[in-house]
Parts: sequence; structure tokens; C-alpha cells
Amino acid sequence: MTTIIETSNYPAYLQEWGQEKALDLLRKMLLIRAFEEKAEELYALGQVHGTMHLSIGQEASAVGASLPLRPTDYLLNHHRGHGHCLSWHGSNVDLMMAEFLGKETGYCRGRGGSMHIANVESNNLGANGIVGGGIPIAVGVGLSIKLRKTDQVVLVVFGDGATNEGAFHESLNMASIWKLPVIYYIENNQYAMSMPVKKAFNIERLSQRACAYGIPGVSVDGNDLFSVYEAVKEAANRARSGHGPTLVEALTYRWRGHSKSDRQAYRTREEVKAWQKKDPIKRFAKKIGLDEKALDDLQQEARKRIEQAVAFAESSPEPDVATIMEGVYA
Amino acid sequence: MRELTYAEALREALRQTMHADPTVFMIGEDIGVYGGAFGVSAGLIDEFGPERIIDTPISEAALTGACIGAALTGMRPVGEIQFMDFITLAMEQLVLQAAKIRFMFGGKAKVPFVLRTPAGSGTGAAAQHSQSLENWFVHVPGLKVVMPSTPYDAKGLLRAAIYDDNPVIFVEHKLLYKTKGYVPEEPYEIPLSQSKVVREGTDLTIVATSIMVQRSLQAAEILAQVGIQVEVIDPRTLKPLDMNPIVASVKKTGRVMVVHEAVKTGGFGGEVVARIMESEAFDYLEAPVRRLAGLDIPIPYNRTLESHAVPQVDNIVDEARKLVRGGY
Repeated sequence: MTTIIETSNYPAYLQEWGQEKALDLLRKMLLIRAFEEKAEELYALGQVHGTMHLSIGQEASAVGASLPLRPTDYLLNHHRGHGHCLSWHGSNVDLMMAEFLGKETGYCRGRGGSMHIANVESNNLGANGIVGGGIPIAVGVGLSIKLRKTDQVVLVVFGDGATNEGAFHESLNMASIWKLPVIYYIENNQYAMSMPVKKAFNIERLSQRACAYGIPGVSVDGNDLFSVYEAVKEAANRARSGHGPTLVEALTYRWRGHSKSDRQAYRTREEVKAWQKKDPIKRFAKKIGLDEKALDDLQQEARKRIEQAVAFAESSPEPDVATIMEGVYA
Repeated sequence: MRELTYAEALREALRQTMHADPTVFMIGEDIGVYGGAFGVSAGLIDEFGPERIIDTPISEAALTGACIGAALTGMRPVGEIQFMDFITLAMEQLVLQAAKIRFMFGGKAKVPFVLRTPAGSGTGAAAQHSQSLENWFVHVPGLKVVMPSTPYDAKGLLRAAIYDDNPVIFVEHKLLYKTKGYVPEEPYEIPLSQSKVVREGTDLTIVATSIMVQRSLQAAEILAQVGIQVEVIDPRTLKPLDMNPIVASVKKTGRVMVVHEAVKTGGFGGEVVARIMESEAFDYLEAPVRRLAGLDIPIPYNRTLESHAVPQVDNIVDEARKLVRGGY
């Protein structure tokens, strides 16, 4: 097991990408942040029905994980998945917002909502409302890739809490014995609802569990886009070349509560503030040499885009009740 | 006429679909060299190799997830849960994932796979290896539930289930595996959701599933000797259920009994009976509707106790006679 705290290779990546691509990555993180801030606002205004799980503070983990993957690869996402969905190839923030507002024009025609956003056309096989629910499904996607003899890979994203589900054990073992092209990606945001990682595990790093399955495990600074990119890229290369799965742990932190019912009695304000100092967006902006004014401009741009998405969603039709039975069976 | 056993008929359906369609593969515990706990996949590994007859570790949740993920990405997997009892270990994947993915995603995904599993008692395997849990899945929108009772149906329904674009729970019966019957050699499909009148009669309708179809037919022979003509209907697909032949039959006979092996409380019989009461057949009923089902107990080990836990031919004869000749 190797632990990368923060990669020092970022100048090389920046050189490889060029400034425009780097700015696009920053824009994507800002779009995710703006989407979720707007989601929170709409919820507070009573314009959204249901719940949601915000990933504010985890944007680098989402954008960095999708970055080394190809449009032909697959994504299996989790309940705190707005960021991964927006990061994935071919995503459309209008359709995201429409789904969030339960509209017919949304990704899932308003049937799924925040927890189930999928874009199957673009190989985004969906977010999941069940902790760890996507982990066994990734075995099947990996198996299908192997049987079809393509060089695709599947990225399956889940939280620290999911690694204590039994299905995690069954699935990592199975993917390992068959050398399936799966990237198991733990987004360790330090809490499974209210249960802190320190109380739920008796190991230092969750990626240590990889050794039980005979696969590599790596822990990275999940608030540093470059580090996430590096780890997932290596895992993808390994998977693509037939060497099987990797367990990647991205260490990050959610700034908001678990969901809307959370009074956050289990953590201190100081702890939250300390993590906010490691803001993935500001860190990335600094590394690509952007000043505060330029960052601020990009942030305004992202917010404007989100307003357009809201306008699209709000002007979209509600699902027709006459179609309620559709989609149960093919 | 060529005869095959129920197990051979299933194997032939698997072999023929796998030859014709490279997206079909099998995955389960001990299905390779061992040939499956009840021998259904015997020899298939020699024909198709370990890449398509995939032995898994004892991991029901992961193997079910493997079916779902492969189905989502263009394959048509056939999973095997070694005993239906073990499906409890895969419930999350089946009920929360497989059944709901299409609907949750606005009808934009499909999950075409079959999960085959042997149910039923009569083998002395006791409480954890003898259950008939089909109605749990009948209760879940998004799943289909199929229960063949003959080798002919087993072959045709399995092929239809494999080519269906939905998750299908395919419930086989352990005591039927060795039963023989006519099975054509060429591939054929029996459409899902078509109930079948397997014996015509005028005095009583029996709706029976799985092995109870065979027991009901034997009971019908005995009853015919005392002048009671029984119509036997096998739904074959429990969900989505085709009620038309059942309603038509009850209108004709005025009497109906549902027979299944699963325990009575919360069983499939309750659903069938309720639908009859809600249908136009209600006005034609001349006697109370009956359910003859498993006792509300876990399956006991002792042979005598075990046979008394679920309906046998004699029980069906007795109940039918009371229903037609009075006594209720």
C-alpha cells in the first residue's frame, strides 16, 4: 500500500493539459459548487420535494476521478453524486437541474430525483440510494467488459460507510479473482451520516483493506485534483491492461450535513473550518496561478449558468400523471 | 415423441440460447465442473468453457450484482442461486437495484437477466433449504416471476425469460428435476404471462403452481372416477399474471381452489383469490373460494412431518370433494 498525501507532479500535468483545459476543470468544480449551493437554496425556499446529499467541499474528488477516463468507460455513482454526474463525459446541467426539480425533461423524467440521476446513453449507469448498492453491480459491468473483450473500465464511487457493508467484501474479492477492470473509489468524507471513520474502522487508511483481496490500495488527498487524477489514472491503466481492480481512497470532507435533517451534533465548527481551509477549488486555482479576481469572475460565470439551468427546469413540464405506470417493465 | 427430464429441458434451453447468442452466459455457485447442485448445468462447462459458465465464490449479493451490471451493459446473464432460501442474501440487489433501475432512470435503461433457483420441500433438507419464496418477488414491481411445472414449459419459458428485457426470477422445483415429459428438440419460446388450462373440467377450477400442478392433475384423475370434473390452470408466470383463463374458467365452474406449496399466509393464493373476487367471475361463484397451501411453519426435517407441511394429492382430493359436494 502506498499513501500519497499530495502529488508533486502537478506542474507536469499542467504542462500536458495547457491552461485552457486547466481552466475548464476549475469551471467544472465551480459549476458543481454552484449547482449544489442553488440546490440548497431551492430546498430552503421549499421549491424542492424530497431530500438531497450535498458534496460541497468534495469537488476535486469528483472532477479528478472522471478526468483520466474515456467517454466509453462506465460510471456507477452514489447518493452524494451530483459532482460525479456533472464531471462525467456528456453531462448536461440543464437535465440535472430538471431532474432535481422532478420535471419530465430531467435525466430520469422526474422519476429518480437527486439520488438516482443516470445518463445511460453516456455510460453513466446511475447514482444509488443504497449505501454500497453499486459495488456489486460494478462486478457485472467489469465482467461484461471482459466477456465483450473491450478495453473499457468502470469507475464505481462510494463513501467510507459503504466499505463496511458485506457486499463490499464479496465484490472486491470477486473482481480481484477475475481481474476485472474496476476502479473502486472510496470518497472518504470522514463521516457515514454521523458515524466518524475513527469509530467505524480500526485501521489507519481504508485503502489498507485492498490487501485482503490481493489488489493495490492507494490513499490520496481528495481535495487536490491533481492527486486524485494521478491515482485514478494509474488505476485505469492497470485495469485497461488486464491487471484487475484497484482500491482508491480519496480523503476529503463534506462541508454540509449528511442530508437536510442533519443538525451536525457529531462534529465541531472548528473541525469544519479547518477543512474549509483546504478548499479544493481555491487550492486548484492557486496551483494554476489564478488570482482572486479571476476566480471570482469564473464563479459568477458558473452561477449564471446555473440560473439558466434553473430557468430551463422551471419552465419544463411536470410529468403527466397518465404516464405513471411507464418504465416499470421493458 | 422425445422425452426429456425437467433438468434436461432446462439444460437444452440454456445450451441452445448460448449457442445462438454470445451475450448469454451463466454465473453461479458450483455450476461448472460440479454441474450445479441439481445437475442442471452438467456438461455445459465442457461445451462453453469457464468464461461463459462462471463459477463464483459463495457470494450471492455479488453474483446477483454481476448479473445486473452485465445486463445493464448489453449482456443477458443467467444467474443461479443454489437454493431459493439463499436468495435472502441477494435481496438488496434484486429488490432495490434490479427491480427499480429501469423505473428510477425514467425507462431509459433495461436489465435483462434471469435468476434461476430451485425451491420446494420433499428432499429432507429441512427449514433452510426447502422454502418456496416466490410471492416475495410477486410483491415487487419491476420483477417478473416464472414457475414452470413441466419439462416442455421449462424449456420454452426459460428461453422466453432469457430474451425478456426485464429481471426474471425463474423458480424451479427440486422434485420436478427428474420428471419426464415431451420436449421438442428445436428451440421454442412460451410467452411469459400466459396462463394455461392444462386439464379441462366443468365442476371445479384448480389454479396450481409448480409441483402442485402435477399433484392437482393426479387428484383430478381420482376425482374424475367419482364424477367430479376438475379444470386445472397453471399460471406459469406469476407476475405479471394473466387472469383471463382463470376468470373464464371460474365463470364456467362456479368453484375455485388455489393450490401452492408456499405457506398460506401472504401467499400467491391470496392474490389470485382476491382478483377473482374483484372480477366478473364473482357473480358466478357457487361456493366459497379456497386456498390449499403450505402450513404456516418452517419445513420440518422428519419425513412424515415434512410431507404434512405442504399439500399432497390426497389433500387436494379431499378439499376438492368438499368444495363440490358440500361440507363447507
